[in-house]
Amino acid sequence: MALHKRGLWLAVVLGIGVLTGPAQAAEEVNLYSARKEELIKPLLDKFTAKTGIKVNLVTGKEDALLERLKSEGRNSPADLLLTSDAGRLHRAQEAGVLAPVDSATLKKLVPAHYRDPQGLWFGLSVRARPIAYVTQRVHANELSTYEALAERKWKGRVCIRSSDNIYNQSLVASMIAHRGVAATETWAKGFVANFARPPVGGDRDQVLAAAAGQCDVVIVNTYYLAAMLNDKNPAQREAAQKLAVFWPNQKDRGAHVNVSGIGLTAAARHRDHGVKLIEYLAGDEAQAWYAEINHEYPIRPSIPASKTLAAMGKFKADTLNLHQLGQYNAEAVKLMDRAGWK
Amino acid sequence: MSAITISTVEATRRPRGWLSGWRLGVLVVALVVALPVLTVFGSFLQPATEAWQHLVQTSLRDYVVNSVLLMLGVAVGTLLLGVSTAWVSATCEFPGRRVFEWALLLPMAIPAYIIAYTYTGLLDFAGPVQTALRELFGWGYGDYWFPNIRSLPGAMVMLSLVLYPYVYLLARAAFLEQSVCVLEVSRTLGATPMHTFLRVALPMARPAIVAGLLLALMETLADYGTVQFFGVNTFTTGIFRTWFGLGDPVAAAQLSALLMSFVFVLILLERWSRRQARYHETGARMKSLPRHRLEGWRMAVGLAVCIMPLALGFLLPAGQLLASAVRTAGHMLDADFLRITVNSLALAGSAALVTLLVGLFMAYGKRLHSDRLVQGAVRVAGTGYAIPGTVIAIGVMIPFAWLDNTVDAWMRARFDFSTGLLLSGTLVALLFAYMVRFLAVALQTVEAGLAKIRPSMDEAARALGLGPLDVLKKVHVPMLRGSLVTAMLLVFVDVLKELPATLVLRPFNFNTLAVRTYELASDERLADAASASLMIVLAGIIPVILLSQSLSRTRIRYE
Repeated sequence: MALHKRGLWLAVVLGIGVLTGPAQAAEEVNLYSARKEELIKPLLDKFTAKTGIKVNLVTGKEDALLERLKSEGRNSPADLLLTSDAGRLHRAQEAGVLAPVDSATLKKLVPAHYRDPQGLWFGLSVRARPIAYVTQRVHANELSTYEALAERKWKGRVCIRSSDNIYNQSLVASMIAHRGVAATETWAKGFVANFARPPVGGDRDQVLAAAAGQCDVVIVNTYYLAAMLNDKNPAQREAAQKLAVFWPNQKDRGAHVNVSGIGLTAAARHRDHGVKLIEYLAGDEAQAWYAEINHEYPIRPSIPASKTLAAMGKFKADTLNLHQLGQYNAEAVKLMDRAGWK
Repeated sequence: MSAITISTVEATRRPRGWLSGWRLGVLVVALVVALPVLTVFGSFLQPATEAWQHLVQTSLRDYVVNSVLLMLGVAVGTLLLGVSTAWVSATCEFPGRRVFEWALLLPMAIPAYIIAYTYTGLLDFAGPVQTALRELFGWGYGDYWFPNIRSLPGAMVMLSLVLYPYVYLLARAAFLEQSVCVLEVSRTLGATPMHTFLRVALPMARPAIVAGLLLALMETLADYGTVQFFGVNTFTTGIFRTWFGLGDPVAAAQLSALLMSFVFVLILLERWSRRQARYHETGARMKSLPRHRLEGWRMAVGLAVCIMPLALGFLLPAGQLLASAVRTAGHMLDADFLRITVNSLALAGSAALVTLLVGLFMAYGKRLHSDRLVQGAVRVAGTGYAIPGTVIAIGVMIPFAWLDNTVDAWMRARFDFSTGLLLSGTLVALLFAYMVRFLAVALQTVEAGLAKIRPSMDEAARALGLGPLDVLKKVHVPMLRGSLVTAMLLVFVDVLKELPATLVLRPFNFNTLAVRTYELASDERLADAASASLMIVLAGIIPVILLSQSLSRTRIRYE
């Protein structure tokens, strides 16, 4: 028993040592990332191999990471915050946790409409959210705009995920920015009335449901569709092959897009390394990797998209200034609540 | 033969100084543990934001109604599954009984969101079952009726399947510990076995059953993964929608505080219904109940009662995970996987130990000083279990970061030396969050164990000159061994499954199995997530088996 007890104490003391001892290395940079480890770590490893700068990583949901950043204040160890949508970057900017970066390289690498004018954040990849339709039951000329999906002919034929999802919130926020609250709300009510089922599951689920015959049109991020088309599981491939992408609003504002992006924190202690990492992620090598592995559109047209994406065709993207997605986010959520979009 | 005394007076009334060490200690620890909860409650001090008006006009009713219905459904489900399996496995003899005894705990090792994913894959419109039906009968969409798994009833079933083991575990222990004399008396007085169960065994086991039920319901309230995936709007999804979607953390915290008041209502209801009656068994001559041998159709029923929850709650989902894992293991199993597994086990082990010690300290303190203040403090400290992990995490983060930054500012001003963040972003903060979140599990289990020890034991030991600490060490801990092991293993399994707090609070470059599972699953790569989730299940099975062994050992000691 006595021996047991001593062992226990030893374990506790050792444990505390291990738990609190921070690994400090000078050549490092600390990243809070809302992009999942699988989709960022390989790039970080390449960056480390190239520069010798170690990247320490915490992944999580952007709002929780932002909350962590805020509560840690000026002592936060994080040098960079990476999110998967522009709305959250705007929120971080509002919270005052980001610091401006003035880099000629970044100005050259990131087109102006994909970055903050003051350099508080930079877009790293572009994500489009078009309409996809079941080719057997719908003809492309029946489709035109997001707005037209509220028409009565689509009653019981639309699948889309919950309004809890940020991509839907951003889509509606973009419509508010273009057309105002009242018009968007009228649209949302008609759109919700056309749902084939109450929203459940993620984007892939909508594609699966459409392929199985539960609905005819869905709104989906292109990289989900592309991932399904390249999935090892034949069921996923076959389902996705039954659908085709339709680029909406080509005659007016263009299809809705969002970016994943990154910003330097106000508390950053490894500023130079942080900027280096941003530059690397916006550079050609990393951009080609995003395109190939996760089927996202590179921020520069000079980098080719993946074959699967290229097959979906060229499109006109909405050039709305992306911080407006963040600005109208809360309004969008309230509007969707009122429209009964679960 | 007075086997039960129902004492309606405070059994352990022992006037002692207001500021005795134990009392003060319990209050201080309770305050520290309650800090995150109080941080959330503190939001009520802030004025209601305009988000409230919006919530009241649109979705608040949905949140309340769905949460209440979900709790009712899970209550019915866990009671039916938990009590029936506990009674059958504790009092009957039938083929495979020994295996069922521990196997019935297995569903506990499966995180609720994982079982939700697997059943959705199976039963959804696009899943293999419905597709096969359509192909078989040539149906199309709308030609036939099939229960929609992603619905409120679906969520009730999923949560019941993985949460019934709490009821089973505590109810079974209670049934096993019931003195045979009482049940025999009931029989000789002419009661049928059914009557004996309903009128004697069930009421005697009630505190244990209710303790298990309370745990299951608290976990239900805190669930986010399942309801979110099923598109059921409950309080939890409402909190996140308000916080992330509306960007209103104050209103979100106020919603969380409202959620906590649900728990207090639950606790109060339970206490009111019991009217402070306490059940102590005083029969010293314990003899285990001779098992009732089941034959013929009764055996079939007994087997069915045990097989159904095991098959639906474990074999089917685990089998599906295994099938996916086999397909994807090639690229998912790497050196990283081993490190993640070790991280998970180490974290769960340390959290279980810490939580158990704090739980024991508080439960015993409450036994020593059962005045209102102490009781209330212990109750508040135990509410973390009903609060979504992310909310707890924020509740931990804010005071920890405040403390760190205050110390840092002071040190800078005084000694021109920056200490930075000492605790925030370390595993200490994470362990603390686990302790806050899962203390209720340890408390409930230890308290249930302590309640069975007659206060006269304490009195005798104290009369013989032992101090309170000695009584705990020499009298209670040895008698409580079963409960202590149970508490520790329950927390262990819970921490293994825990996701949201881990995600937010973990240090740099630190991953666990739950994090890996979530990252892949939320990216809609369910097949790739299978290896990690299967590992959670496997790692959870080991303590479950230990648990069952410790249970049977406790039993032997009485015989």
